[in-house]
Amino acid sequence: MSTTYQYVPKPKIVKGDHTFGSITELITKTPLSPTPKLWYLAFGCANLLLITLLGAVSYLVWEGLGIWGINNPAGWGWAIINFVWWVGIGHAGTLISAILYLFRQGWRTAINRFAEAMTIFAVMCAGLFPAIHVGRIWVIYWVFPIPNQMSAWPNFSSPLLWDVFAVSTYFTVSVIFWYVGLIPDLATLRDKAKTKISKLVYGTFALGWTGSFRDWWNYEKAYMILAGLATPLVLSVHTIVSFDFAVSLIPGWHSTIFPPYFVAGAIYSGFAMVLTLMLIARKIYGMEDIMNIDIMEKMNLVMMVTGNLVAFSYLMEGFMAWYSGYIYEQGIFWLYVVGPYAWGFWILMFCNVLTPQFLWFRSVRRNVGLTFIISIFVNIGMWFERFMIATVSLATDFMPSSWDYYSPTFWDIIIYIGTFGLFFTMFLLFLRFLPMVAISEVKGVLPQADPHNYDDETKEYIEAPNEPIVVKEQTV
Amino acid sequence: MKAENNKVHGVLAEFRNPKELVDAATQVKKSGYKDFDTYAPYPIHGMEKAMGLKKSPLGWIVLGGGLTGGLGALTLMIWVMTTAWPLNISGKPLFDIPIYVPITFEITVLLSSFAALFGMLFLNDLPKHYNPIFNVDRFKKASDDGFFVCVEASDDLFSEEKVTNLFRDNGATHIETVYDSE
Repeated sequence: MSTTYQYVPKPKIVKGDHTFGSITELITKTPLSPTPKLWYLAFGCANLLLITLLGAVSYLVWEGLGIWGINNPAGWGWAIINFVWWVGIGHAGTLISAILYLFRQGWRTAINRFAEAMTIFAVMCAGLFPAIHVGRIWVIYWVFPIPNQMSAWPNFSSPLLWDVFAVSTYFTVSVIFWYVGLIPDLATLRDKAKTKISKLVYGTFALGWTGSFRDWWNYEKAYMILAGLATPLVLSVHTIVSFDFAVSLIPGWHSTIFPPYFVAGAIYSGFAMVLTLMLIARKIYGMEDIMNIDIMEKMNLVMMVTGNLVAFSYLMEGFMAWYSGYIYEQGIFWLYVVGPYAWGFWILMFCNVLTPQFLWFRSVRRNVGLTFIISIFVNIGMWFERFMIATVSLATDFMPSSWDYYSPTFWDIIIYIGTFGLFFTMFLLFLRFLPMVAISEVKGVLPQADPHNYDDETKEYIEAPNEPIVVKEQTV
Repeated sequence: MKAENNKVHGVLAEFRNPKELVDAATQVKKSGYKDFDTYAPYPIHGMEKAMGLKKSPLGWIVLGGGLTGGLGALTLMIWVMTTAWPLNISGKPLFDIPIYVPITFEITVLLSSFAALFGMLFLNDLPKHYNPIFNVDRFKKASDDGFFVCVEASDDLFSEEKVTNLFRDNGATHIETVYDSE
């Protein structure tokens, strides 16, 4: 009897025949060459939106929260929806850099820098909303435990305060993680830079990094520890955001499924946003070898899994409403499905539950155009999810006499659109001046990076066979 | 840089690829040198064995940061909630460990991360304003596609000639003496 085994080689993470030098060249080309005209155009558009945001926020501070559509009983409107939406998007970066790092997923190197930058800027946009929602932004420092003349302290039993700590810690740790990853790449830019200013700036931020292995040894330890810290952190942040809702006694909010449901939704929307941005950037900056179709497929798989987790949560919400026998919970469920906001619910179902089902097909997962469309739908769907959660339970509370219909005003909409100005201004600056792919990490996953892929005698690199190897084993 | 006026910092050799670098590091280690280092554009796996490095002590620094954060946050919250500013809000208990969990966790992570960043920089002696190794023009390749070993003059066994010969025997493509201009 004989058994035949086939060893299928793993597909290469970086496509094309790249060497260490060509990777450096490909990634440092953008930050070190003159600014393209198209960039100025995009940056100008983003700046206009940013100025609109600054104007709208100034007017809000001047005039007060009355310019928004929030009313009694719907005290949380678009501001909280947008906060949760942006902070959810901000989850993909740390997930890709930390969790996939701990799982030794080499393909993360293609997108981790990019996704981390997106995370930081998305959390900036998110953080804006609760800050302006407090009304008197000039006393926002009251949320922090700072000794003051009133000898008053914050209320540590409030989930809203937990949120302050969760989001600010998440932002700080994301920046630290991002910067630690950037240090060796800034050194590469310092060594490649031609002009005096870029040499000085990149050199300053590279901190005198030499690439010494004694330094790498501590560096890798630091990176691993940061990944280990960021992993529970990223799960905690959206958990605590969900506590803002779940710790209350409002039907539709008071539910133990909220933390995992929010975290799955956050990863889902974050991956969608990374895909949206990546599919544009890889084309413009010629990064197709690094941000290739295999990586897009893997991201689509993550999106499919988290999308179905979210769909399962929707199902459980309905089931629990029925199974608990609690009429207020059931009432909220029917208001979702056929109530005054039912249009939002069906948009949500279409975008979040139906569209990811196409990802079961391999041909869709590997199709750039379809993936782009699905990622846009998911972004929209996840916004409507937060819209349904925040609006329905508040606008239709326990007392039918106080029910009201919530709709946004011009200022709600303009501030939301304006945050895209903030996001894209930051993101375009990042694409222009920093390496958008982690240079040293991509080099580390090239096959020629591993000393084991070299011949012991001649010390020449041996390319792994690209064809499947068939081995026949004879057993008598 | 006028070489004659400056003191020798060490001897730097370039190798073609990571395999040669690991083998060269093994040989340098075997020859008894202690003050040497290898330079590469990414961390090469297995190099720690070739160079005989001990485990990084960074974990202990981070543990210190984490404990400070966790205990500090917990102490502050207990003191505020029970002594400094006890507020009765919907009858919630004042001393209640579960409500302290989220913030304790967040501050633990926050201070641990700071400890990881600054601890790593401290152990690596960064930021560093001046490093004689950058006096070698060729060293710019270390962040691109160059693989270097440098044996430093501070080593007891150091002799420019011996080290140069050792590198030559191990197939270095380029050998250069590094001078310290300060």
